[in-house]
Amino acid sequence: MATEVKTIEPKEPALTRAWNWLTDTQIWKSIFRHGAPVTDRNRVLVMLSNVFLHLHPIRIRKSGVKLRYTWCMGGLSFFLFLVLTFTGLLLMFYYRPTLEYAYSDIVGLREHVPLGIMREMHRWGAHAMVITVWLHMFRVFMTGSYKPPREFNWNVGVIMLVLTLLLSFTGYLLPWDQLAIWAITVGSNMARATPFLGHEGPGAALLAFGDVKLIHAGDDARFALLGGTFVGEGALLRFYVLHCVGLPLAIAVLMAVHFWRVRKDGGISGPL
Amino acid sequence: MHLLKDLVNFLADPRIYFVLAVGMLGVLVWQRNRLASGRVGYGLMAFLTVFFLFGSFDRNFRLIVTKPDNVPIVGLIFVLLFFTWYAMAEAVKNDQRLEVGKPPIEKEEENRVWVWPDLVYTELIALVLCSVILIVWSIFLKAPLEQPANRAATPNPSKAPWYFLGLQEMLVYFDPWLAGVVLPGLIIVGLMAIPYIDMNPKGNGYYTFKERKAEITIFLFGFAVLWVSLIVLGTFLRGPNWNFFGPFEYWDIHKLLPLTNVNLSEYFWVRMLGRGLPTNWAVREFPGILVMIVYLGVLPAVLARGWFKAYYEKMGAARYHVGVFLFLMMMLLPVKMLTRWLFNLKYIVAIHEYFFNI
Ligand code: HEM
Repeated sequence: MATEVKTIEPKEPALTRAWNWLTDTQIWKSIFRHGAPVTDRNRVLVMLSNVFLHLHPIRIRKSGVKLRYTWCMGGLSFFLFLVLTFTGLLLMFYYRPTLEYAYSDIVGLREHVPLGIMREMHRWGAHAMVITVWLHMFRVFMTGSYKPPREFNWNVGVIMLVLTLLLSFTGYLLPWDQLAIWAITVGSNMARATPFLGHEGPGAALLAFGDVKLIHAGDDARFALLGGTFVGEGALLRFYVLHCVGLPLAIAVLMAVHFWRVRKDGGISGPL
Repeated sequence: MHLLKDLVNFLADPRIYFVLAVGMLGVLVWQRNRLASGRVGYGLMAFLTVFFLFGSFDRNFRLIVTKPDNVPIVGLIFVLLFFTWYAMAEAVKNDQRLEVGKPPIEKEEENRVWVWPDLVYTELIALVLCSVILIVWSIFLKAPLEQPANRAATPNPSKAPWYFLGLQEMLVYFDPWLAGVVLPGLIIVGLMAIPYIDMNPKGNGYYTFKERKAEITIFLFGFAVLWVSLIVLGTFLRGPNWNFFGPFEYWDIHKLLPLTNVNLSEYFWVRMLGRGLPTNWAVREFPGILVMIVYLGVLPAVLARGWFKAYYEKMGAARYHVGVFLFLMMMLLPVKMLTRWLFNLKYIVAIHEYFFNI
């Protein structure tokens, strides 16, 4: 890291010399285009030339960097999302979403994989992310940061909140144990009662040609969700695909929009 | 000891629990100047810690609190109470400054600082701390894995994932089409509508309560009381058959609670008029339908002339009506709770013929 320059005392000429040599190599200079960010000029350059850092502005309101103001909850939500992506990827090496293997792959994960805390990190990280996203929303509300010009970003946030819950919900099914299928059964049974689109929902009976019902257990909202009339093989595959591909892609795109808008709306909010 | 446990069990009864939660919010809003001191906030955390430590000596309490998936909700109780208090305390600080003509703290911290190092290092520390907590948590608490999925063996209770337990709790008062579809949909719509309904230009970018009393109180009621406190209720206090169990109570599958709930139609036709229920559903449910029309259709218009006149004039007709509709839909839950507890009311409108029950 370029910051290490700070720890180098002028009294240690050997180290200083080594450092100077290192930062003068072609390799180093091909990676870092400027000196350590200890001067104002380099503090600007580091933000502009690094793709990860350029999500940030160069300078920011003092209140905005304080824990007191943001509680760091947006940042933690994002960090947890990254942790979940990484641990989730590792879990995908071991897990096959079929009735035959799903449960036993999870058993295998817990019994045969050394130092296996990936499943734990993924599960507790997911719970934690739900909580941090709620608290982030709570903070944004309490500082009135949804008010103009940030109305739209609040809306992007609400959609990400829903996606976070859906990610968590679809993941809950994958271990394919009693906890999983019954929680998803209870949750998805609600879709049966969707007005007009669920076969036990109000108004569904009205959608019929004479005696032929348009909405029945085999084609209603719940069927679309589960790919069947109960939580079975179809549901497992659907939830797996949504959980590992569909929803993460959607939320990642929205996060890009979210961060972009934080910048474009004038950075972290503050009194006008 | 036993007395204390019985008292907690008694206070945890959904009716008392809910009234207590609303009461706590009321006290927070009303006595906010006193409660804003650090002593209150950290005292509250200490009290909670002692409560959970003390509780964990009890077998039933330990069973429900240490269930792996319930551990995050214990954390949720702590962080929710802490941040609710904290946000209020910061708001009070700013309000007191505003009162003596000083700008809010955020205004004084308006000057810009360098993102490197000020923000980048904060982020790094947060990231390291968060990783450490998550790793330690993962080492000490195994992720749960129960018996393989078996469609023939329904567990009792069957619970949705914890973040949906507030919705599952609503099933006590509403049919699935409302509790599971329409009301959750309206929560999302309502959240998205907030920035477009709230016309108050003040309180943008700093903590304050005084300048946004109604907004904050309504939001706290929806978020802290209706959403989170019902999740806590659903997680810790609902056992087999979704019956209520105190935190120190044994989950007895055979616990029987008398259910004698009565529809509004029966109240009207049978008990008031002393005749049988009409066979035609439109006639039978006429009183309930009327109640709903008055609640959602007439009430907003009446309020626009009376209590909410100032809001109506400030917000304009469209914002006002959308806002009041969403608010009344949210209040449908406490209204239904109260009528259930006070009059054993089951449904206001009960058109079973079309699965249309309210
Ligand atoms: C998936 C989850 C989310 C992530 C990763 C995320 C991330 C962030 C980050 C990093 C910030 C910068 C300031 C801060 O940390 O507080 C931010 C700001 C903001 N977020 Fe989110 N957010 C998420 C969900 C939400 C939700 C659910 C809402 C609202 C319903 C929301 C609304 C906003 C708004 C309005 C701002 C601007 C705040 C200001 O300028 O003070 N976000 N978000």
